[in-house]
Amino acid sequence: MREFIDGAEVIARGAFAAGCNFFAGYPITPATPILLRMLRELPKVNGVGIQAEDEIASIGMCIGAAMTGAKAMTATSGPGLSLYSENIGMAMMGQVPLVIVDVMRLGPATGGATTVSQGDVQFLRWGTSGGFPVIALCPSSLADCFTLTQRAFNLAERFRTPVFIATDKEMMSAQQSVDTDTFEKIEIVNRVSAPSDAEFIPFHVKKLADVPAFAPIGGEHITRFTTSMHDERGMLTKLRANVNKTSRHLWQKIEAHRDELEFTQLDAQAGAPTLIVSYGITARSMLQAARNARASGKLVSTLVVQSLWPVPERALHESFRGISRIIVPELNLGQYRLEVERIAASIDPRPKVIGVNRVDGELITPEEIEGQVL
Amino acid sequence: MLKIEEITTYRNLERNRYPFCPGCSHSLVLDQLNAALVKTQLDPHNVVIVTDIGCVGMSDQYFDVNAFHGLHGRAVTYASGIKLANPDLHVIVLMGDGGTGIGGHHLLNAARRNIGITVIVFNNLNFGMTGGEHSVTTPHGASTASTRLGNLERPLDICATVAVNGASFVYRGTAFDKELPDRIVDAIQTPGFSLLDVWELCTAYYVPNNDFSKTELMQTMAMLELPSGVLQKKDYPELARAYRDQSADQRGKPILPPSFIEKKYDSALTKPTRILLAGAAGGKVKSTASALAVGGMLSGLWATQRDDYPTTVMSGYSVSEVILGRDEILFMGIEEPDILAVLTAEGLSQVPRHLSAMNESQTVYAVPELADKIETRARKIVFNWQRAAPSKKSLALTATAAMVRHANLFPLDAFREAITLGQRAEIAEENLKAVQASEGIL
Repeated sequence: MREFIDGAEVIARGAFAAGCNFFAGYPITPATPILLRMLRELPKVNGVGIQAEDEIASIGMCIGAAMTGAKAMTATSGPGLSLYSENIGMAMMGQVPLVIVDVMRLGPATGGATTVSQGDVQFLRWGTSGGFPVIALCPSSLADCFTLTQRAFNLAERFRTPVFIATDKEMMSAQQSVDTDTFEKIEIVNRVSAPSDAEFIPFHVKKLADVPAFAPIGGEHITRFTTSMHDERGMLTKLRANVNKTSRHLWQKIEAHRDELEFTQLDAQAGAPTLIVSYGITARSMLQAARNARASGKLVSTLVVQSLWPVPERALHESFRGISRIIVPELNLGQYRLEVERIAASIDPRPKVIGVNRVDGELITPEEIEGQVL
Repeated sequence: MLKIEEITTYRNLERNRYPFCPGCSHSLVLDQLNAALVKTQLDPHNVVIVTDIGCVGMSDQYFDVNAFHGLHGRAVTYASGIKLANPDLHVIVLMGDGGTGIGGHHLLNAARRNIGITVIVFNNLNFGMTGGEHSVTTPHGASTASTRLGNLERPLDICATVAVNGASFVYRGTAFDKELPDRIVDAIQTPGFSLLDVWELCTAYYVPNNDFSKTELMQTMAMLELPSGVLQKKDYPELARAYRDQSADQRGKPILPPSFIEKKYDSALTKPTRILLAGAAGGKVKSTASALAVGGMLSGLWATQRDDYPTTVMSGYSVSEVILGRDEILFMGIEEPDILAVLTAEGLSQVPRHLSAMNESQTVYAVPELADKIETRARKIVFNWQRAAPSKKSLALTATAAMVRHANLFPLDAFREAITLGQRAEIAEENLKAVQASEGIL
């Protein structure tokens, strides 16, 4: 049965379905609708929702809460994400399960508060110091908002790392009719708990690609958290061997598990020379463009990228085979096209990569994309 | 009976020597913190030491309680999150005067909220770790690495700042105070926000740079006319507990319950129809557009709605876009409306792009006073108000009801149902009257 709702409502529902019980945020257009829903609903699950004094405190409170065992989420837009930056790095270093929703609006700086954009795509990847890998999911439908929000929590728990939901003003604020009773409820994943009968070493892993077991602050074990370079006991260290191990561990615990992190939807048409690759709100224009193009007798395939980071390289690579022309529509001046071009360069013969881009605060129309389909 | 063994120390016995410079007061204060914890006999599992950055940031490693070492200036935010999520914990923040400066905003908000954490400021009047630069508490005239000619800035009164903003317990003293362990105990046992401003000697920098000693430390406090001892004791409700008390009756209520819209009517619409309502804020444009979409859904159609209006309320334009169709709508933008309703001058100012994109097969509905100002190739139809034009509040509803009928979008009964769904009786009646007034105007 259908409802008439927006993406903010569905992200909140997805968060509750995944077991979210803590939210801290600071009002910012166009992410405020998520804040308001979480603050209103969290008392119902014995959770806590708070409006913090700024974005730094928002993510700080979430990190503190997450280390007591809470499933925490925060939501913001570009200017707020900029203020999150240092704490995003800390959440990576301290291995904090955390979901961060970025409702993209036109930047840089205050930019266009009520204007749609996909300008944070590379910022999400490289938005904190150190260059370590992040996970970012990107919904292009309300059903995706529900599934990918649950998945974001699950991945945050599984890998003990911040996971982004990259969305935008239109996805969050436009109302849409949707069959909500077909939304997919996925199995909840919880962080692995440290056994109570063994000594607890906060950052101990057997292999670099493993994720350390968790003991909450206030639980059976005395635990240690640190933002600084540390050994497996969470003690500050400058010893090369320890530093090297911690650094490579933070890299490998994501990179070695790429097969768990690739989410795409390929709609391949046999013999199509053209593939359109897109994500988020722009993927909808792409799908409409493909429908129109096919109706007029053209052959075209589409790929919706649901996991922006790490780049789903295997899925991209496979979908590029036999393709001579790749169109990448996005609401920025070619940020994800860089990734597509990088992977296209390994295909022989190398497909031509074409961007369709807008940065005027309007959506890319299906006609603009269809115009590039030969 | 279970014998509870007395805890004689909270120190990490594997690390019995602090790493601080000779004569640094940090060691003294940490010993007094340990003495205070021993007096409380708190279960170490329920104690969290949250450290900031700077020399004091190393302190948590010397205790056998839960430890959280975070970013510079943000210790109070982590402590607040920990306390909010688990109010049973005793959360103690150790930060320097550096962290107080960069994180001052968090400090005064924690005091204002009266969140039940204890903050101990290791106030040695300068940045020790980075080489003796001045901090927010460096006295006027003092020589530091960054104020070689003497500090021109005046120091922050930390205690007065948190006290005036609602802290439950505030104390100022020095690392040499005999009563410090007892005052730390008082602070830990205070349900709300507590802070101890503990003045110290930085023997690496501040002491040699200013020919400073224990005697001068006390003299500086007196010279700045800063009082010492317990400066505030209040009994405000603690935030984490107050939150739970307030939300107790919310538990178990349904979370974001669905509101399904069931098909009851039939629509003759065959093609996706893009509708734009261009009116004024305060004119119920957004809610009318919503009724248009819901009316379509009640008639089995798919719908989307986007709204655009200034950040202010009740002034300026309000433009809403609705798309109705037989299939799910992928692209939600409207470049070329099939129907555009020009309701007010504010609305008209927002739609010249759409008007010029429209063609003869499309329709502009307009209020009489703006009809001549509209330039478009689209078919133009003017509302013919029977007696008087509708009020600002009913204009959008009346005009849209007329369009629903005129363009045969879906049965008017569906629109009537949509405008009353979930509305209070008096609003529903007002809305129905506005629809009633639409008869014969097109």
